[in-house]
Amino acid sequence: MIPAQFDYVAPTSVADALAALAEAGDDAKVLAGGQSLLPILRMRLNAPEKIIDLGRIEELRGIREDGDSIVIGAMTTYADVLASDLVRENAGVLHDAVTEVADPQIRHRGTIGGALVHADPAGDVGAPILALDAVLTVTGPSSERTVPAAEFFKDLFETAVGDGELLTSIRIPKHAGWGSRYEKFVRVAHQWSIVAVAATVRVEGDTIAEAAIALTNMGSTPLRATAVEESLVGKPATDDAVREACAAAADGTNPPSDLNGDSDYRKHLATVLTRRAVLAAAGK
Amino acid sequence: MTAVDERPETAQDDAKGEIGTARKRKEDQRLITGRTRWTDNIQLPGMLHLAMVRSPFAHAKITSIDTEAAKAAPGVHAVLTGKDLGESQGVLINAWPITPDQKTPTHLPMPVDRVAFAGEIVAVVVARSAAAARDAAELVDVDYEELPAALDLKEAAQDKAIAHPDLGTNKSALWVFDSKEAGTGGDVEEAISKARTDGVVVEREFRQQRLIPAFMEPRSVVVDPTGEQNVMWSATQVPHIVRFALAATTGVPESKIRVIAPDVGGGFGGKLQVTPEEWLAWAIARRLGKPVKYTETRSESLLSAHHGRDQWQKLTLAATKDGELTAFKVELLADLGAYVAVVGGGVPVLGAFMFNAIYKIPAYHFACQTVLTNKTWTDAYRGAGRPEATFGIERMMDELAAELGMEPFELREKNWIKHEEFPFTTVAGLEYDSGNYEAATAEAKESFGYDELRREQQERRDRKDPVQLGIGISTFTEMCGLAPSRVLGSLDYGAGGWESASVRMLATGKVEVVTGASAHGQGHETAFSQIVADRLGVPFEDVEVLHGDTQVAVKGLDTYGSRSLVVGGEALVRAADKVIEKAKPVAAHLLEVSADDLEFSGGRFGVKGTDQGLTIQEIALATFAAHNLPDGMEPSIDADSTYDPVNFSYPHGTHLCAVEVDTETGQIRMRKYTAVDDIGNVINPLIVEGQVHGGLVQGIAQALWEDAVYDDQGTLVSGSFVDYTLPTAADTISFDVHHRSTPSTTNTLGTKGVGEAGTIASTPAVVNAIVDALRPMGVTDIQMPATPERVWRAIQTAGANQSDATTSDAQPHFDEGAPNQAPADASSTGTPTEGAGQ
Ligand SMILES: Cc1cc2nc3c(=O)[nH]c(=O)nc-3n(C[C@H](O)[C@H](O)[C@H](O)COP(=O)(O)OP(=O)(O)OC[C@H]3O[C@@H](n4cnc5c(N)ncnc54)[C@H](O)[C@@H]3O)c2cc1C
Repeated sequence: MIPAQFDYVAPTSVADALAALAEAGDDAKVLAGGQSLLPILRMRLNAPEKIIDLGRIEELRGIREDGDSIVIGAMTTYADVLASDLVRENAGVLHDAVTEVADPQIRHRGTIGGALVHADPAGDVGAPILALDAVLTVTGPSSERTVPAAEFFKDLFETAVGDGELLTSIRIPKHAGWGSRYEKFVRVAHQWSIVAVAATVRVEGDTIAEAAIALTNMGSTPLRATAVEESLVGKPATDDAVREACAAAADGTNPPSDLNGDSDYRKHLATVLTRRAVLAAAGK
Repeated sequence: MTAVDERPETAQDDAKGEIGTARKRKEDQRLITGRTRWTDNIQLPGMLHLAMVRSPFAHAKITSIDTEAAKAAPGVHAVLTGKDLGESQGVLINAWPITPDQKTPTHLPMPVDRVAFAGEIVAVVVARSAAAARDAAELVDVDYEELPAALDLKEAAQDKAIAHPDLGTNKSALWVFDSKEAGTGGDVEEAISKARTDGVVVEREFRQQRLIPAFMEPRSVVVDPTGEQNVMWSATQVPHIVRFALAATTGVPESKIRVIAPDVGGGFGGKLQVTPEEWLAWAIARRLGKPVKYTETRSESLLSAHHGRDQWQKLTLAATKDGELTAFKVELLADLGAYVAVVGGGVPVLGAFMFNAIYKIPAYHFACQTVLTNKTWTDAYRGAGRPEATFGIERMMDELAAELGMEPFELREKNWIKHEEFPFTTVAGLEYDSGNYEAATAEAKESFGYDELRREQQERRDRKDPVQLGIGISTFTEMCGLAPSRVLGSLDYGAGGWESASVRMLATGKVEVVTGASAHGQGHETAFSQIVADRLGVPFEDVEVLHGDTQVAVKGLDTYGSRSLVVGGEALVRAADKVIEKAKPVAAHLLEVSADDLEFSGGRFGVKGTDQGLTIQEIALATFAAHNLPDGMEPSIDADSTYDPVNFSYPHGTHLCAVEVDTETGQIRMRKYTAVDDIGNVINPLIVEGQVHGGLVQGIAQALWEDAVYDDQGTLVSGSFVDYTLPTAADTISFDVHHRSTPSTTNTLGTKGVGEAGTIASTPAVVNAIVDALRPMGVTDIQMPATPERVWRAIQTAGANQSDATTSDAQPHFDEGAPNQAPADASSTGTPTEGAGQ
């Protein structure tokens, strides 16, 4: 499979990348790990005239601690996220989800920023980012703004990142001491999520004190299961109580129908997987 | 159909020396590192590249093709359509018209005015680079007028829409075998109606979904017309058949055609086709007088390389109340796709000889209706006809056991051929030479821990565990080693089934072996070297195996149908034996003794009772020098053999599969898989194990994962590996594999075939296991692939159908309240997640 011809630039700073983007306008695409963009180009679903490779911009890589948060650069690969103790300790459900993304080869190329901007509803990092109340930094030619995860995902393959802008970093409030589980349902290994549930909970004694739950591939964007979260808080972390609270997990969702399952089946899966994810996150 | 009755005298069963050694494959280093010649690596001076423009419609009239913009694009040399090439492109052939009145649509490599499936080629762009060709292909503007398409197999069989209007019907051929007519058994209808009054009759309908062979190396072809010889390199399983078909359909003499299959990355039957792409590359190279190359993309491969399976099976099995089989009736609808491929309707027809399997069935009727549709054409896929048959009978045996309340093994044992009854002529007319179903089954049950798993199954049932356990059985046999030429002739197949081999003793003592079998990943170079090294008593390292080039292996019928060892290997043994025979008088002459005083052992002719002797390698040098040979002897001890098998070979085995079914989600997890295969004598246990493992995964994949799905427009929805869910190693478990050895009595090495056994056996074992887990809930079948959704819906539907009286068997309660009873087949409504995997 051969992509259509394009020009290629590889700037070394965010400022240069933004300038290149501004200059090329609509005809440019930025390249991160290429794990979604390259198949699109090769299948000729898109034919940009210019590719701006972010791979040489050091400032976009890495994971650091900043007070009550951790900050992940947009160009940090899945493999680096997976290897990070900061992530494991403070954003356990993101760590859990990344273990389920594709295979090691893809995890060594693909980046968290690329995955978030690509915004495939079946992608695995949207839901944990949403559940963890992350705040995303979007940088444009003249300014920088922050967008809460709840406002970041707009639609299928559409985010708050506008033309001429870059996602530069992801700030996640520390969730130290929270239990976590990413429950991903697939037919074959290395498949995209048919449905997945990101759950992270804080248990005090035997009671669920706080809960954050988000669903993958249950609509055109990752969805927060707020009703389930509310009904879990204050409940004992027992099978019966969790089962009851999670029965509503699919309420109000509109999941797709495809070869892996129709919409109703996905709704059913969401309730089962949410219960399992919450119980596992609560250490049950 | 009877096998030809003449057998070699000796069946050697004491495997020793090279034979039976688990050597690592000598070809693997170059194959794995890629430091070898694949077709796509070939670069020739002045070579042009092809890109195909393919129809997006399943059935349409081509009203116009505008190639001007493409012709004007940079680097483009030519753009050609079906009209441009006309007759010069030749036609694609069906080698096996299954009946004299079979309806066979004309199959041009590139149609002139009508396309019959989505993916058919309508124009070819020829350019200086592959990228330029691809770019320009986007500029070809084709106008179509859509025609009604025949898509659903059952509807197509009713001629609702006609795939090829000129034929007037989609029904291509009806092939029937009836045991009463053939004199091999009784009257099926009579036996079934008797069983309806005083026995049991089980009737089921099963679907064999459409599969895609999905070989690792996409197909590729290079044609060089610039010399006296026209040379074609192709990623094919069948270079000899391609050469023959090119000669037969284009009028170029065979002697001017050389076809080379360099290293080929897998085939599974998918590369035994003669393809439109090969024919077009040939025609265009000759028209332009320049070498051309075409390598398909994976998407093109999934779309347009032939597909496999795809049939509906209506099965009726009759038995007495105590479980003795009395009749089996098989009615098939088989989807040919848009054209009748090279084997075509012969694939389902091969099943005719296997539906009766290992059982003694007194009356048997088989009818196969082949049907044309507007989908990709179908042909052989690993197992070709036998997996379908094995699935049918082994599913039916479990269903009958359930109906009778019998333990499924007890039912099988009651009806199978006892080991002392071989050779045994079956109701389908084949003579099974050997087998021991009792021993294979006993070993499988023991190794699997059958009784223990049955106990666990009961415990899970008793405690209503949301995860239920099921055990599936498949006691299979298959016919392989295609095939005695006379048998093929009696079936109207267009070629024979022999194989050819040469053994050449080089001056330095090295041995050059030439085989007409054409390996594409199986490890022939290793296994064949072992056979020859063993036979001639020379070091393994001294044997070189040449193959896959019609100018090197001048005669051959290539590799498919688990034939390479049992047919090609036997040819090799015979050629090697001739070398020894020819060397013997030379040895006697040089040693100045009578030939009767010599015995050949360990590569050396020794004079009986002395320590005098000469090795065969020394004789090779002496023959090369030719200074001192017996009077009148020509200076060569090389030998050829062309071997036509006298019978098929019949591997068999018992496979047992345990699965856990998560009744809350429908997810299947494999717990244990034991395979005991009796494949006769083993040349290389490592290669055998590899073949079994790969075969198992492919068969399990049919049960659980793979499905070529079309939407109601005739578009292949599972057109990439995102949606065509091919398993990887991560989806498998560690298999418990054993082999037993009841030597075949019809070839010298006592071998049977192993290339397809795993695929043939495993599919019903898996589905039987799933149904076994869920039978107490009222589930009696799950359509393949058994997706979690289908499994879950089957549980819901069965649960809803069961009355309150049976709630003791009802399974865990579901969160969602009322069970959903929508039909289990979601595929027809499915469209893939947009953009998934992009
Ligand atoms: C075989 C395979 C299996 C996969 N399986 C999974 C899976 O199981 N789960 C899963 O979640 N994903 C899966 N993926 C997708 C993978 O996660 C991709 O890596 C990810 O979606 C894209 O990240 P990337 O860095 O490769 O981005 P790219 O492909 O380079 O870019 C993706 C898009 O984002 C844009 N973009 C990238 N970075 C920025 C930025 N900083 N600012 C603005 N725009 C940007 C690009 O222009 C492009 O449109 C799979 C991919 C493959 C090939």
